Amino acid sequence: MSTPIIGLNGIRKTYRTGSLEFEALRGIDADIAEHEYVAVVGPSGSGKSTLMNILGCLDNPTEGSYLLAGEDVSAMSEAQLAEVRNRRIGFVFQQFNLLPSLSAWRNVELPLVYADLQRHERRERAVAALERVGLGDRTENRPGELSGGQQQRVAVARALVTEPALILADEPTGNLDSRSTADVLDLLDELHGAGRTIVVITHEQDVARRAGRNLVISDGQIVSDTSTAEAVAPR
Amino acid sequence: MNWTETFRAGTEAIRAHRMRSLLTMLGIVIGIASVILTVGFGQGAQNQVKDEIDALGSNLLIVSPGSSTDSGGLRGGFGSATTLTLDDAAAIADDTAAPDVRRVAPTSSSSSSLAAGETNWTTQVVGTTPAWLDVRARTLAAGRFFTADEVESGANVVVLGPDTASELFSFGSPVGQTVTVSGQQLTVIGVLGSSGASDDGGSEDDQALVPISTGKALSGSTTGAVSTIYVEAESTGTLSAAYQEVQSLLATRHGVTTDDADFSIASQESLVETANSTNKTLTVLLTGIAAISLLVGGVGVMNIMLVSVTERIREIGLRKALGATPTVIGRQFLVEAALLGLAGGVIGILLGVLGALVLPPLIDQPVTISLLATAAALLTSLALGIGFGVYPAGRAARLTPIDALRSE
Repeated sequence: MSTPIIGLNGIRKTYRTGSLEFEALRGIDADIAEHEYVAVVGPSGSGKSTLMNILGCLDNPTEGSYLLAGEDVSAMSEAQLAEVRNRRIGFVFQQFNLLPSLSAWRNVELPLVYADLQRHERRERAVAALERVGLGDRTENRPGELSGGQQQRVAVARALVTEPALILADEPTGNLDSRSTADVLDLLDELHGAGRTIVVITHEQDVARRAGRNLVISDGQIVSDTSTAEAVAPR
Repeated sequence: MNWTETFRAGTEAIRAHRMRSLLTMLGIVIGIASVILTVGFGQGAQNQVKDEIDALGSNLLIVSPGSSTDSGGLRGGFGSATTLTLDDAAAIADDTAAPDVRRVAPTSSSSSSLAAGETNWTTQVVGTTPAWLDVRARTLAAGRFFTADEVESGANVVVLGPDTASELFSFGSPVGQTVTVSGQQLTVIGVLGSSGASDDGGSEDDQALVPISTGKALSGSTTGAVSTIYVEAESTGTLSAAYQEVQSLLATRHGVTTDDADFSIASQESLVETANSTNKTLTVLLTGIAAISLLVGGVGVMNIMLVSVTERIREIGLRKALGATPTVIGRQFLVEAALLGLAGGVIGILLGVLGALVLPPLIDQPVTISLLATAAALLTSLALGIGFGVYPAGRAARLTPIDALRSE
C-alpha cells in the first residue's frame, strides 16, 4: 500500500472558553489511502465537525500530527494552511456556499484565482469541470437561476477544478430533496470511480452506505471502522 | 491573487450593491464637491481683484496722504489726511528730482450728484490733469480728454466713465450734452472706454473726470490738497527706483524721515497682496469646513465597510477555505474601500465642475476651477478610502475560516 493521503496520529482538539475546557476530539488515529471513499458518520456533538475542520486544514489540532499527502500540516500558520487548502483540498459544503453575484464558471474558477492562474486557463478549466458535472450549458448562469441540485453540482465542479488530492464533502446532501440527493451522490460515486479520494461527513445512512468505508465517531473517538463489500472489491 | 483580480473583485462588490455604494460615497462626494467649489470661489474672487489691480498698469505707484503704518499715533487715518498737495505732484513730475518718473497725475475726488435733464446719478467726481489718461492706461470711446489749458483756466468740461454715461444718457451720444454738478453746468467732451478689469468694471467705469481746478471750484475747496497722486514709472524695471525717488523727495519736502512719513506709496503688487490676504482667510475657513465634511465622509466609508465585512462573513469564510490568505482578503477589502473613496472623489469633482459652470451667473461670482485643488481632492478621496478602509480590512483578514463559514 502506498503512502496514505491522510495520516492522523493521536489527534486531539480542546476548546477553551474561560476556565471551561471541552475536548472535542480525544485521540483520533486513522489512515486514508488514495482512491478511498470514506464516510465519517456520527450524531451531532460527536466531534465529526471538528474532525472535518482539521481534515480540511481549516483548524489546527491541539495535539497530534496530521500528514496530508506526506506533508505535516498540524502546526502550519494560517497563510500556509490557506495554500495547502488551495492545492490539496476540494470542499463541498451543505450550504453550497456559492457567491450569488458571480456566474457558475466564475464561482468554479475561484480556487484557481487564488492559485494565480491566467484568466484564459482558469476559464478553460472551469468550463471543463462544469462539463464534467453535466452543467456545460449553464456556465453563464448565476446560482439564483439554478436548482439546488444544480447549485451543489457547481460546488462539486469547484471542488474538482484544482485536481485536489482530497475531496471533502460536509453533509453535501443536507439541503437537497431526494432526487437531487441521488443525483449528487451518483456524481460522487462517479468521481470515486474515476480515481478520486473522497471523504464525506454525514449523519445520513443512505449517504454512508455509498462509501467503501465507514468511520463512526462518538464522543470524540473512532468507535468503529468498517469496510463494505464494494471497498474490498474496487471497481 | 494578483492585483488585476483584486480590482475586479472590488469593482464587482461595489456594483453588486449599487445603492449602498452610492450612499457610502455620498459623504465624500459632497465633501470633494464643496472643496472644489470653495477653492474655486476663492480663486475666482482673487482673480477678479487681481484683474482690477492689473488694469491699473504694472508700472504704477499710488501715493496717498497719511501713514499706513501704526507709528503715527494721532496722525489722521489712511487717505483722510490732507498732507499731499498739487505742489508735491509738480515736484515729482520734475525730471531732475525724479528721473525715473515718466508722468504724474494728482487727483482730488468727491462724491457728487450729476444731473442730465430729468436723470440723476451719484458718482465720484475726480479732478485731475490731462496725464491721468496715460498714467491710468485708459482710452477714450468718444470725444476727447481735457487739455492743460483747460486745467489752467478751470474750464467747465467733463469726461464721463462709460457706465456713468449710459446711466445719464440712455439715447444718443453724450458728447456735447450738458450735465449739472453742484449747480454748475459742465459740457461733456468725452467718454472713457471700458477699463476691461472684469465683467463689471465697478468704480473704474463709473466716474466723472474734470480738470482739477474745476473740481476744486465745484467742491468749494481752496487748498492745494489732493487725495491721491498717481505716478507712472518709466518702465516696470525702474519701478523700485521711482519708488525710492518719490519717497525721499516727499520726505524732504515734508521735513520727515521715511520711517515717519506722512504719506504712503503703494504699488500694484502690494495692493494685490493686501487683497489676497483677506481672500485667503475666507478660503481657508471654507476649506476647513469642507475638510470636516470630508472627514465625516471617510467615517461613513469605514462604517459601511464594517457592515459589509459582517454581511459578507460567509463569503470571506468561503474565499479563505478556497485558499485566500489573510493578506489577500485584507487587500481585497482595502482595495474596495479605496475604490469607493476614489469613485466618490471623481463624482465629487464632476459635481464641483458642474457647479462651477452653473452657479456663477446665478450668484454673480466668478468660480475658477484650480487644477491643483482638483488633483489634491482626488488624492484626498483615495487616501480617505484607504485610511478608513484599514480597520475593516483588518477585521476581515483576521476572521478564522471556520467561524466565518459557520455563521448564519
